[in-house]
Amino acid sequence: MRGLTKAYVIRRLGMYLLTVWLGATLIFIIPRLAPGDPVAAMVSRLTAQAGYVQNSGPMIEAWRARFGLDAPPLLQYLRFLLNSITFDLGYSLTQFPVKVEEMVASSLPWTLGLLSIATLISFIAGTTIGALMGWRRTPRLLKSLLPLSLAFTSIPFFMLAILLIYVFGFGLRLFPISGGFGRGIVQGWNWAFIKSVVYHGTLPALAIVIASMGFWALGMRGMMITNEGEDYMILAQAKGLRAGRVFWRYAVRNAVLPQVTALALSLGGIVGGSTLVEYLFAYPGMGYLLYQGIVNNDYTVIQGIVFILILTTATAVLIIDLIYPLIDPRITYQRR
Amino acid sequence: MAILTAGKPLARGALRVTHWDSPWLNPKLIIGAAMVLAVILMGLIGPWFWDVKLARVGAAPLNLPPMWAHNPLSPPPDPAHPLGTESNGRDMLAVVITGAPRSFQVGLIAAGIGMLIGVLFGFTAGFMGGWVDNVIRTLADSVITIPSLAVLIVISSYVRQVDINSMALILALFSWAGPTRVIRAQALTLRERGYVRMARLSGVSTPDIMFREMMPNMLPYLASSLAGNVSGAILAATSLEALGLGPTRIPTLGMTIFYSIRSSAIIRGMWWWWGFPILILVIIFTGLFLIAVGLDEIANPRLRGAKPA
Repeated sequence: MRGLTKAYVIRRLGMYLLTVWLGATLIFIIPRLAPGDPVAAMVSRLTAQAGYVQNSGPMIEAWRARFGLDAPPLLQYLRFLLNSITFDLGYSLTQFPVKVEEMVASSLPWTLGLLSIATLISFIAGTTIGALMGWRRTPRLLKSLLPLSLAFTSIPFFMLAILLIYVFGFGLRLFPISGGFGRGIVQGWNWAFIKSVVYHGTLPALAIVIASMGFWALGMRGMMITNEGEDYMILAQAKGLRAGRVFWRYAVRNAVLPQVTALALSLGGIVGGSTLVEYLFAYPGMGYLLYQGIVNNDYTVIQGIVFILILTTATAVLIIDLIYPLIDPRITYQRR
Repeated sequence: MAILTAGKPLARGALRVTHWDSPWLNPKLIIGAAMVLAVILMGLIGPWFWDVKLARVGAAPLNLPPMWAHNPLSPPPDPAHPLGTESNGRDMLAVVITGAPRSFQVGLIAAGIGMLIGVLFGFTAGFMGGWVDNVIRTLADSVITIPSLAVLIVISSYVRQVDINSMALILALFSWAGPTRVIRAQALTLRERGYVRMARLSGVSTPDIMFREMMPNMLPYLASSLAGNVSGAILAATSLEALGLGPTRIPTLGMTIFYSIRSSAIIRGMWWWWGFPILILVIIFTGLFLIAVGLDEIANPRLRGAKPA
């Protein structure tokens, strides 16, 4: 517990709040910089559906009052912040009586499940591959095969997803190409449903894992090499410790720490990238909901989802950063 | 004095090129640069050899497969359209030729602006320290945590009609935080080096120390960071386009992917529709990635030394 000082926790919490506030403020300001407002958008949607809307003037006024858009900007802003932190995200514009937080609540578990499992697999696999690549005593054959796993490193998630859909979904017909579970299966903790979820989640998860694995491998390889000549490594070898022990307890233990920082920093990118993967697979998560919001011009849904995405990512990063001093006792976060 | 210390390593590097053992002759860097150059050249020279007006809607017959391919659901291939055509009557070769330079344009503008801010902020933070450093570092760390694509989606869903340049400006909003971090960390380590202290003792002004003493020594880091940043900006731009949120007037690679997905080209077996844009983008991304890795190896000789024999 030595590394987790009070000052660090307070600073980190402050940063968490700053991130969430920044994100929320951006979401609040952007629509107000753009021409028109949600009500005008709603009316134009009605116009598109019905051709002509009678009494649109009074209707706009009434709606503006109903949604609080006639209040002074500062008051609107404070209301918005209050609503955001109490998860009152307003109503969906296209499916009117449905509240955005209900839509989010039903899709968030899908995204959280897919992302956490895929990221965990990719982190562990990539880090192990990188560690072996940077380790001097890795067998020659293995060492020449390992870089093959990095072939897809620089390909974005969603392009790999398209390739996977084409090869395994369309070509070989091994996996389903859309949805989160099979038709006609009752949702719940029964075996058939879990099996179906895993079956449907394999390709999306695979897209994320294969595309992000190389990032971890390269970082790990670099750190292993940097640690190579350190005194404690030489000492461990001079003591005649078994190779496995030197590898795991001395080299990997020290090299893996910056990887955890990298995980915290790249989480935002992973969340963004997975949005498109979900959209391609019509996976019932936040990304697909977001895409539907875009297609339908459903601004409250878009804003609500983006706020929740920012909040979730910031929370995950906060947790990683608070765990970090516990796994790296050398770090004492003190102001210099 | 200042010029002498900064100029010396550069002069020696230039000399070593002639001996073919210069670190700048890194194979990854060269291969990566060749890949990127090939795509740029295709965009520059292509219009001389191929009629790019064929990229317009309805300019060609629909759904033709590439010259060498055969698809049971499509009409027979036509040598007049070697890479095939899609369901809106665009010629794929023309689409690829016109689309590729746009991707670079977006990437370079967004990453260039981000880099400029990053250099300014990173140097200031690393060199000045104190509360300035605290403010900049906290801000950069917060911005990195925000899933930028999500916020970009909000922006572009409101600003539906964007052109390439304003899209690049929007992307620049998030592309400064990464470089700021890298440059700040580098500035922190360089600040305590002998020659920087020496310059400070001899009364060299702060901007001179920053840009004439420290900057030349950070060039590989800066270039590597820029390459990564360009690739990130192109990825963000392509992702927005693939969601249908990009410029709609001119064909871009991302927009082509969007239309192909919307017309379910994948399950219609029309692989050439999404395949060629993705192929070009993969060449771009891999090239930029190799450039970044090569530059990292130049900046950090240890990474080079551990190559398996």
